[in-house]
Amino acid sequence: MNTTYDIIVIGAGHAGCEAAHAAARMGCRTLLLTIDLDKLAHMSCNPSIGGPAKGHLVREIDAMGGLMGRITDGSFIQIRMLNESKGPAVQALRAQCDKRHYARLMKETLETVPNLDIRQAMVERIVPARTENASTGVSSSDSAFSLQPSAFAVVTHTGWTYHARALVLTTGTFLRGRAITGQAIWGAGRAGEAPAVALGEDLASLGFPLVRLKTGTPPRINARTIDFSQTDVQHGSPVPLHFGHYYHQFAENSLQFATELGESLLTANGQLPTEAFCSPPAPIYPQPYLDGWRPQLPCYLVHTTAEFHELVRQNLDRAPMFSGVIEGVGPRYCPSIEDKIVRFADKERHGLFLEPEGWTTNEVYVQGCNTSLPEDVQWAMLRSIPALRNVELMRVGYAIEYDAVATGEISADMQAKRLAGLFLAGQINGTTGYEEAAAQGLMAGINAARYVQRQPSVILRRDEAYIGVLIDDLVTKEIHEPYRMFTSRAEHRLLLRGDNADLRLTPLAYELGLVDGARAAAVADKQAQVNRTLAELRERRIYPSAATNATLAEAGIVPISGPMNAEELLRRPDVRYAQVKQSFNLPDGPAHVLETVEVEAKYGGYIERQQREVERIRKMESRRIPADFDYAALSGLRNEARAVFLRFCPATLGQASRLAGINPADVAIVLFALERRRERATG
Amino acid sequence: MYDDTIAAIATPPGEGGIGVVRLSGREALSIANQIFRPLRPGPLRPYRLRYGHVVEVDGTVVDEALAAYMRAPRSFTCEDVVEFSCHGGPLPVQRTLGLALAAGARLAKPGEFTMRAFLNGRIDLTQAEATLDIIRAQTATGLALAQAQLGGWLAHEVRRIRTDLLEALAYVTVVVDFPEDEVESQDVTPNLSRNLAAVERLLASADQGVVYRQGARVALVGRPNVGKSSLLNALLRADRAIVTPIAGTTRDTLEETANLGGIPVVLIDTAGITESADPVERLGVERSRAALAGADLALLVFDSQRPPEADDMQIAALTLEKPTILVWNKDDTQEPRTGEPRTGQLENRACPERSRREPGTENRMTAEGRIEEPIIAVSSCHSSLAGGSGFSVPGSTLHHPRLIATVATSALTGAGIDELAQSVAQALLGGHAPTAGEAHLVSNPRHRDALERAVTHLRAAMQSRSLAVPTDLLAGDLTTALNALGEITGETVGDDLLDVIFSRFCIGK
Repeated sequence: MNTTYDIIVIGAGHAGCEAAHAAARMGCRTLLLTIDLDKLAHMSCNPSIGGPAKGHLVREIDAMGGLMGRITDGSFIQIRMLNESKGPAVQALRAQCDKRHYARLMKETLETVPNLDIRQAMVERIVPARTENASTGVSSSDSAFSLQPSAFAVVTHTGWTYHARALVLTTGTFLRGRAITGQAIWGAGRAGEAPAVALGEDLASLGFPLVRLKTGTPPRINARTIDFSQTDVQHGSPVPLHFGHYYHQFAENSLQFATELGESLLTANGQLPTEAFCSPPAPIYPQPYLDGWRPQLPCYLVHTTAEFHELVRQNLDRAPMFSGVIEGVGPRYCPSIEDKIVRFADKERHGLFLEPEGWTTNEVYVQGCNTSLPEDVQWAMLRSIPALRNVELMRVGYAIEYDAVATGEISADMQAKRLAGLFLAGQINGTTGYEEAAAQGLMAGINAARYVQRQPSVILRRDEAYIGVLIDDLVTKEIHEPYRMFTSRAEHRLLLRGDNADLRLTPLAYELGLVDGARAAAVADKQAQVNRTLAELRERRIYPSAATNATLAEAGIVPISGPMNAEELLRRPDVRYAQVKQSFNLPDGPAHVLETVEVEAKYGGYIERQQREVERIRKMESRRIPADFDYAALSGLRNEARAVFLRFCPATLGQASRLAGINPADVAIVLFALERRRERATG
Repeated sequence: MYDDTIAAIATPPGEGGIGVVRLSGREALSIANQIFRPLRPGPLRPYRLRYGHVVEVDGTVVDEALAAYMRAPRSFTCEDVVEFSCHGGPLPVQRTLGLALAAGARLAKPGEFTMRAFLNGRIDLTQAEATLDIIRAQTATGLALAQAQLGGWLAHEVRRIRTDLLEALAYVTVVVDFPEDEVESQDVTPNLSRNLAAVERLLASADQGVVYRQGARVALVGRPNVGKSSLLNALLRADRAIVTPIAGTTRDTLEETANLGGIPVVLIDTAGITESADPVERLGVERSRAALAGADLALLVFDSQRPPEADDMQIAALTLEKPTILVWNKDDTQEPRTGEPRTGQLENRACPERSRREPGTENRMTAEGRIEEPIIAVSSCHSSLAGGSGFSVPGSTLHHPRLIATVATSALTGAGIDELAQSVAQALLGGHAPTAGEAHLVSNPRHRDALERAVTHLRAAMQSRSLAVPTDLLAGDLTTALNALGEITGETVGDDLLDVIFSRFCIGK
């Protein structure tokens, strides 16, 4: 039997699954260790994937050959396009998933991946090779299993030892996790699961500075006790939408996805498991959408009441958030309901979405109602809402505190600065969100593989991907609260759209061995079609003839007064490609091609401007700061700036300029010093 | 890190009351001790002025001087600094510098003291740039501007605008990033227009600031014997500050610097050139063309005692592309500095007075250098002025689209010279000069550039509003504008945006 791997991934949440998948696909012998094999990629919070910026991350993960988009497509109960009228760069998919089906699909998919072993085990100790014999007592008989020199030994709670040349650590909320509801506090990684206490202590002993973060979940309620007649129904999309990039025979009104030429499958035969998961939902959720392009369930909107607010206020003294029981820092964009009511006292009501957690479960997630108030308060406040007069809680809401590694500990390849070969991804880096975790997992898996294969690391730039923005932020920003991705964090977001994620990233994924040649060819073909179509539009002249303007008027478009080409016509805010395609005989093509064509034609001016901006800063951005750069000897640097530089050790001037507390003068000093260094070097 | 000691003349070149030679670096004190002999023996002590002589190696006295020693790090550069205040005049100062260099100092590159101050953390980037401006500032007004900026006036103003704009961006961002939250809808247009106007005001001052800092070039043109040389000398006399003669940039012109209304103005004169036998050359067409080539403003000089002739028109034609002030010179019958011409006298001659306007009513040059309305000019006969959009002598008419003002002067009596100086300053400032008290002008090109970008993007954002362009594109322009402003204050849109968002809007699942 084998206990020696190229890469061991510890933790099989959203980060761990992507990391293990990517590393294995890149040819590394990979082991994925998880505390509970039935909860791979478990959605412990909202059963939802996507939304603004997060949806972009999922598209990018898919374009890089990752799993999250496909697993979501295979398991959602509802999908919608958000921000449709708010601009091409912020349109975002959001899906509600069947939570259990998502985990099952992920497990089944990973089980088919060559080079990947999956085991259930709780890791208690990570032993870097150099201290292996000295301090840990790992016996030589254990290491006798080693076939080649390994950098790490990983010891599980049963005393078993594995060896690997690189580790990816994705601990989620398990590091010294502590769940809190009212006065009740219990050790937990997720509700009902044991925390990883030993590993947290182990990390601290390896010298990693840890910070305490907090997040929360709302109660889950029983659908059979909801009066749905008093809710507002929110339906899924009537037209087909999906996170994954599918280039072959994706037929509308069909449940059949392309099996993507031997790539990770939705199920073994490329079918959605319709019978099990899409046929009549167990509790009768009203107004399901069963006859459309795909069966979907709605979500249901209710609002808090004056009585609700009063109950919360009366019980604030019992709220761990306010009584000082909770030490960790929670995210401001994911506030607890008690926090919202206190901070926005003049707001009379707050919306709560009731989201079914799956086709066959009664459990409904109360989105917007994170709370750690005592259980009796949770019951009472929910029952103050008309639709929930008789509601019964199935799981109580709780806050969870956990350890994360402080900022400044990883470099842009996700590798720990103080321990080569150790890669960190997900909540351990201070982020929150499944998508943020998966994106980091993907890059940690890729870079762990590159590390093992002695290849240069892969770092996406801020103008290449939201993933690049995310990781750059993690290595340059002080994390004061769990980090979530927003569109506003991406300064070049017109370049980072959902529609062009594959054009941006799949060529790289192919180069890395993450997608196969057929998919790379399909993307190259898409790019060629986009370019060709845009060129054709520029050549298509349209004159303001009576006939033309009549056609425009018919489509509800303001007439034109002078000749223009078709691209210029599309630039007008009121003109959509679909409206004028027929009448002006514009080039046709697959929907995914025309989508990109329309955006690039319509917003070409804005896009070019961002591209110029990127070009402008690229030179400075990519100017490397040598690892041995001596900040201590740099006279003239403010002490505060020196401390920041020493802590983060930025790899480029771009990174340096984005560090918190660094001003242009500090960067100029570093630049001057680099120049002087270069002058000296060149004589 | 900086082992060498630098030295330079720290005062502007030319004849001043006092010239300062500054030394900075590790060897500053020992070099000073080699070249300075205090009257009462003893070492130089920090922050004490010592009187003595700058001496050559053999003891020959070069000049009397005061020496001041500022010990590191409590000096401008954070290094050891010694300053010698010598008698003004190029010679003693240059000799002192030469001795310092001979004793081991290196001649400082332009701005290197400031650079060291900056590198040593003594000043930040804005301050460094403002300091460089102080060094470059050639007049008192320019100095006041640079000092105001150093005091953070601009940063304060820009910060105020940013804070307000951030509210608009916060709203737009919330709408985009939290589509499922119930956020009350807002109209950001009033915020945008308010802040666009504020940045535009700053930018208008930038145009003036650049003029104060960099000065301007003004060409005097006119046919021979209209009194250009005497006019030039009169203008130089109007400047009671230091006058620095500079060699003409071309063989055919003479340049003099004068301080007109606080602006360092280089006056380019085509006079004083040897007369030529060639009639065209005698007229000086080529010289005038050369003088006008690099000028910001033309002074077209006519002789008010003689009606304009074809020659005048030929020279006048050269000025059509430039903002121009028409000067009726030799108006010698005026009393000095009365401001108003004696009209009775003038009416019988070529008649400038009708075209002379009340002070302050000159047509204004806009920021782009355009004149808001084409200017009426003059004719040989005052009666033709009434209809005047032309510029005529008997037999020809010339339309001058960029004529800004007309002034009558007498180089002889000094009449109208102050008025001319004022007109020149106003023309260069785009029509309105700031008073000393409100001299808050943006005078740094980097700041001006940042403000210009902010205006461009705020205008684009306003336009997006009216065109119903998607919200997100508005956010893009707003962010770019905010970051452009942030280049002045050293802030980028980031966590401060999130702070505003989370304090203003109740959002989150």
